[in-house]
Amino acid sequence: MIRTLKLLRVSCNAKIIKTQFPVKKRLFCVTPSLRHGEYEWQDPKSEDEVVNIVYIDKDGNKTKVRGKIGDNALYLAHRYGIEMEGACEASLACTTCHVYVHQDYMDKLTEPEEKEDDLLDMAPFLKENSRLGCQITLTKEMEGMELSLPKATRNFYVDGHKPAPH
Amino acid sequence: MIRRLFSSSKNVPRVCVVGAGPAGFYAATHLNKKLDSVIIDIIEKLPVPFGLVRYGVAPDHPEVKNVINQFTKLAQQQNINFYGNITLGRDLSLNQLRQHYNAVLLTYGAEEDKTLNIENEDAENVIAARSFVGWYNGHPRDRDLQVDLSGSIAAILGQGNVALDVARILLSPIDELKKTDITEHALQKLAESKIRELYLVGRRGPLNVAFTIKELREQIKIKNCNTIWREDDFVGVADVVSNLARPRKRLTELMLKSLSDSLKEQPAENVHKFFKPIFFRSPHQFLVDDQKHLCGIELACNKLIGDKMEELKCVPTGDIEILKCSLAFRSIGYKSVQVDKGLNFSNGLVINDKGRVIESESEDLAKLYVAGWLGTGPVGVILHTMGNAFQVAKVICEDLQKNNHDYSRGGFEEISKNILKNNNPVVDWQGWTKIDKFEIEQGKKNGKPREKITSIEKMIQIAMA
Repeated sequence: MIRTLKLLRVSCNAKIIKTQFPVKKRLFCVTPSLRHGEYEWQDPKSEDEVVNIVYIDKDGNKTKVRGKIGDNALYLAHRYGIEMEGACEASLACTTCHVYVHQDYMDKLTEPEEKEDDLLDMAPFLKENSRLGCQITLTKEMEGMELSLPKATRNFYVDGHKPAPH
Repeated sequence: MIRRLFSSSKNVPRVCVVGAGPAGFYAATHLNKKLDSVIIDIIEKLPVPFGLVRYGVAPDHPEVKNVINQFTKLAQQQNINFYGNITLGRDLSLNQLRQHYNAVLLTYGAEEDKTLNIENEDAENVIAARSFVGWYNGHPRDRDLQVDLSGSIAAILGQGNVALDVARILLSPIDELKKTDITEHALQKLAESKIRELYLVGRRGPLNVAFTIKELREQIKIKNCNTIWREDDFVGVADVVSNLARPRKRLTELMLKSLSDSLKEQPAENVHKFFKPIFFRSPHQFLVDDQKHLCGIELACNKLIGDKMEELKCVPTGDIEILKCSLAFRSIGYKSVQVDKGLNFSNGLVINDKGRVIESESEDLAKLYVAGWLGTGPVGVILHTMGNAFQVAKVICEDLQKNNHDYSRGGFEEISKNILKNNNPVVDWQGWTKIDKFEIEQGKKNGKPREKITSIEKMIQIAMA
């Protein structure tokens, strides 16, 4: 199943690159990884599209961002200079975009796929509301959502956490 | 930006990073972002960059290697330099670096493997997992590894993610490996492999495994391969699973589910390989035949004692078991090497405080820092290394901004005078891009994303062409 999805993703990816614009993206909105952030650089075309969200960095500083439906939370963060990594480029192979989603919005997100949950298990300071930013695609229902960056990805050792030896 | 264009001018702090793996690149990324102006020279022992991203990440995990794109963007900036084929401790000394830079960051990782120190560990076909990983990933050091895959039973000692990488490479259908950048010599050898049964031996129980769920799930899903657990190893495990923290809980649930699946189902007809994790067994000695070829492992049986599940102690029961096999991999962890006598080691890593190497201060010499596995020990995935590298880079920034530095130091210009004396060609980023291009072209011929060059001489030859 996962293998098939991967294949699909690869073929979609090729299509998008050829056409240059993420046209008809609604058809593909379940696979955010097929884009590499170009879409997030486009401003919303109308107010109906707008989804305002808030990023909270490790020191508690808030950045309000005017996103739009279909934006990927990782690439949107990159556009606005939020320090969220994304080492594997949203291909579900790392945990460097680990975020906490405000409790009120947890059920507005699509259920994490097994692979995302498996990866989250490797993230330090995992919480009930942990998700990978690259797997969050904005919908109108997410208006006002807060995404907090965990301290762990920044201050791994300062927080007193020590990885357990083998 | 404009300031960066003048980066060759004086009055710019110069930082030397030793080791072009993820820790080095992530630290350099952070320094470059946070400092107004800085020149960063990344030196590397091999002619090629990326360390364990290139030589550790399994070939069937290409997505994990995407991080190379970020590192490449960084290296293309004018104030960031890559100098490959330079070995600290051989071509230059730590003191030389510290004389000519304002800060020196060591990120050369953990390249040696821990040993079991038991009898016959030097037997034929007792192989360090690290060497095997290097072999299938094309590391020049391991290209000539002799591994005999003609027997039907093999064992991996250790239950971490490296152990599972080795298992997956040994048990995956060859057609799936063909599409990856696995080296051609490994592919040919694996295609002829006769291994049908692979044991994964752990000292403690199912609740103590070090591998993570993603890797285990991939292993269980391998085509034409069945995972067989021993029911006895799981006594009492189901009772405690609900009290475990989430990662351990989900991992244990997956093992329990796989156990019950294997008990229920008869293996399908096309199954011809078996993966067999076994627990509570410590290797006691390797058994060899008269040609000193491995023929088995003597295992000491263990049990866990104690009241609390989390604080159980592992003690030998006194029983001994023989596991017959003709190939064994030792996969019990890595350790770092002391490349310079001036470095203080403890437990296989450089003694440090938040990345600052603890030692007596010296005014003339640049401060010394350590990040990545060399400073934290060889544990954790790329996220951990990234977090640590950023943290150490932050400390370096603070120190550079705090103290009055002599920013007229010569950096690589001075260093290179000594290296060139030894007639040792340095491979820069442009040289690497030539190697990169060559490897991709070679790969295309075989329908692979890349065919790695495994000879240092050839790498240098292409880079210098």
